[in-house]
Amino acid sequence: MSTVLLLVITGLGLGALYFLVASGLSLIYGLMGVLNFAHGSFLTIAAFIGWEVGRRVSDGTWWGLLVSALVGMIVGAVVAAATEYFLIRRLYERHIEQALITVGLALATVALFEGIWGTDPIYTARPEWLTQTTEILGAKIPNDRFLLIVCAALVLGGIVLFLRKTRYGLIIRAGVENRSMVTALGIDVRRSFTLVFAIGGAAAGLGGVLASVYYGYVSAHLGSVLLIFAFIVTVIGGLGSLTGAAIASVLVAVLQQFANFYLGGTGDLVVVIALAAVLLVRPRGLMGKVA
Amino acid sequence: MNQQLTDSAPASTGSATEAPAPAPDGRAGGATSGRRPLVLLIGGIALVVVLAILPLLAIEIPGVLPGPTYTPGTLQLLAYAMLIAALALSYRMMFGLAGLLSFGHALFFAAGAYGLGMALEYFAPVEWQSELIFLASIVVTLIFGIVLAATVGSLALRVTGISFAMVTLAFAQAGSVLIRRNPGGATGGDEGLSLDIANVPDALVGVLNTRNLYWLSLGILVFVYLVVLWVERSRAGHVAEATRENELRVRVLGIRPYQVKFLIFIVASTLAAIAGMGYLLLQSGASPRVATADFTLTILVIVVLGGVGYRWGAIVGGIVYTLLDQRLTALAGSDFIAGLPAVLRVPLSEPLFILGTLFILVVLFLPGGIAGIPQRIRTGRKQHPVESEEAADA
Repeated sequence: MSTVLLLVITGLGLGALYFLVASGLSLIYGLMGVLNFAHGSFLTIAAFIGWEVGRRVSDGTWWGLLVSALVGMIVGAVVAAATEYFLIRRLYERHIEQALITVGLALATVALFEGIWGTDPIYTARPEWLTQTTEILGAKIPNDRFLLIVCAALVLGGIVLFLRKTRYGLIIRAGVENRSMVTALGIDVRRSFTLVFAIGGAAAGLGGVLASVYYGYVSAHLGSVLLIFAFIVTVIGGLGSLTGAAIASVLVAVLQQFANFYLGGTGDLVVVIALAAVLLVRPRGLMGKVA
Repeated sequence: MNQQLTDSAPASTGSATEAPAPAPDGRAGGATSGRRPLVLLIGGIALVVVLAILPLLAIEIPGVLPGPTYTPGTLQLLAYAMLIAALALSYRMMFGLAGLLSFGHALFFAAGAYGLGMALEYFAPVEWQSELIFLASIVVTLIFGIVLAATVGSLALRVTGISFAMVTLAFAQAGSVLIRRNPGGATGGDEGLSLDIANVPDALVGVLNTRNLYWLSLGILVFVYLVVLWVERSRAGHVAEATRENELRVRVLGIRPYQVKFLIFIVASTLAAIAGMGYLLLQSGASPRVATADFTLTILVIVVLGGVGYRWGAIVGGIVYTLLDQRLTALAGSDFIAGLPAVLRVPLSEPLFILGTLFILVVLFLPGGIAGIPQRIRTGRKQHPVESEEAADA
């Protein structure tokens, strides 16, 4: 029992991380049809700069972590918005080229990060409490998982509120539904593209800082590892669906944890098989709209 | 109507068609001007002959090649470039001709490399002549490649567009994980697989015989080119092209696009496996890097860099990319770079950074890729080909 609980909660923690990356991917794809390969780079740069600022302010404390998280979110948002504004926008409506640009960006930036921060992971200091465990029903659960889950839930709630309660959210939801119609009504959808990129970038930035807490290090490849799983989550959840991404990230992560424990470390394989199975049975994903 | 169609068929196929528009006169369609194909044919043969006698000459191109062309190091590099070009050519057939954006092409390259390596190891204890064992291993690997391609293809082609890309990515990722996990010590895990040379013909082993490997690679490249040319000119090729442009219309005409796409997928994947076998022999081993999604992305970059609309674009892209990658790495370690201030030194010492940036610039400003440059100069067209086409449509 305690093992199952442990696996479920660590799975939720990992799922929280996947969700932070996948939410942006899903929104961006849903609204603009761009498969953003550079999303991992947004995450990595935010993790690095968040760490650099955080350790200068106050290394290994809650205050430092909070600063890191804020800086990470701002960096992620700014970098993502800049990417949209300077690169993606130039290729409006040419989805393949837009995806190619992000591929190039991902290749170039990972190399650049390696050049600046080296190829080896840099171990980070964390607040004391996060390195300890809490016992729930006999299961010793690492505390950082709770932080991840709470943050992801806040982000999910925040984005949902934003989408439901604000005018920009309304435009974005309408744009995901039917972009030509929104344009025909005289609303400049393109302005919300930058906004969606910024939101996705901020979520990824927070994810980057939290990933450095989860793994205990920052490295130039932090983003590319998470990105593949985030893609899988996004596709399983249904491209463009935020709730789908949330559900799928939890499912995928928990499945991965269980397979790793009970099936001898085959978590990655099981996830891949799950993706293939979902796509073949239900090509639009769990919550995706009919293509 | 048109707008709606492209909108509802998300990404991939829809806009792959709009990618660098194949220049009709630069390609096969030169039937109207009877002399062009002949010139191209003679030029092609002459190029292959020149490449074939390269190992016997001592040509030095400082800055591009590491040494004179007869030295093993240079031949190795050139042979590697040609294998990558062959792989890129097979990928172009899928992506450029049939509009299938696959993220799993590396899987088949790795299947060729690892398959041959494992087959050679498996057959090693058998009491046959070593030539026979070598041939048997190649045949077994080919069959393995075809079966794998048929399996993945039949599953992945049930979905289209981004989903297709994701299913192929999933299979490739599974393959990559398997190789790294080293089941039963068969793949060598992260260390990679080293070639068991017991049954490889002597002419293909050793630094002194690099020129034979060079000729082998050239042979593979020519073979792949001819197969791609044949497929492209065949009825299946035309149907694939038509499907890329407008699948609905092909269906209405009563043709099933699935079978053609399936065929193209299998042929392209098998060609990739052949290139993979050449890679194993050339490098006398295989590294798990060739199975990763990153490797597929590299191939995609190469194809786009060279020019999706042109067959020889993939070849040019493969060779330019490999040479650039190699030379930029050499440049990164040079004294000149070490003497620069950090702001310039750090980016310039990362070959992938330069290649990535170059790639972005090509996508933004040179939609036809390298191979599209002559066409652009001829027509003097400044804007993206798509824009003018759309304007003509409207």
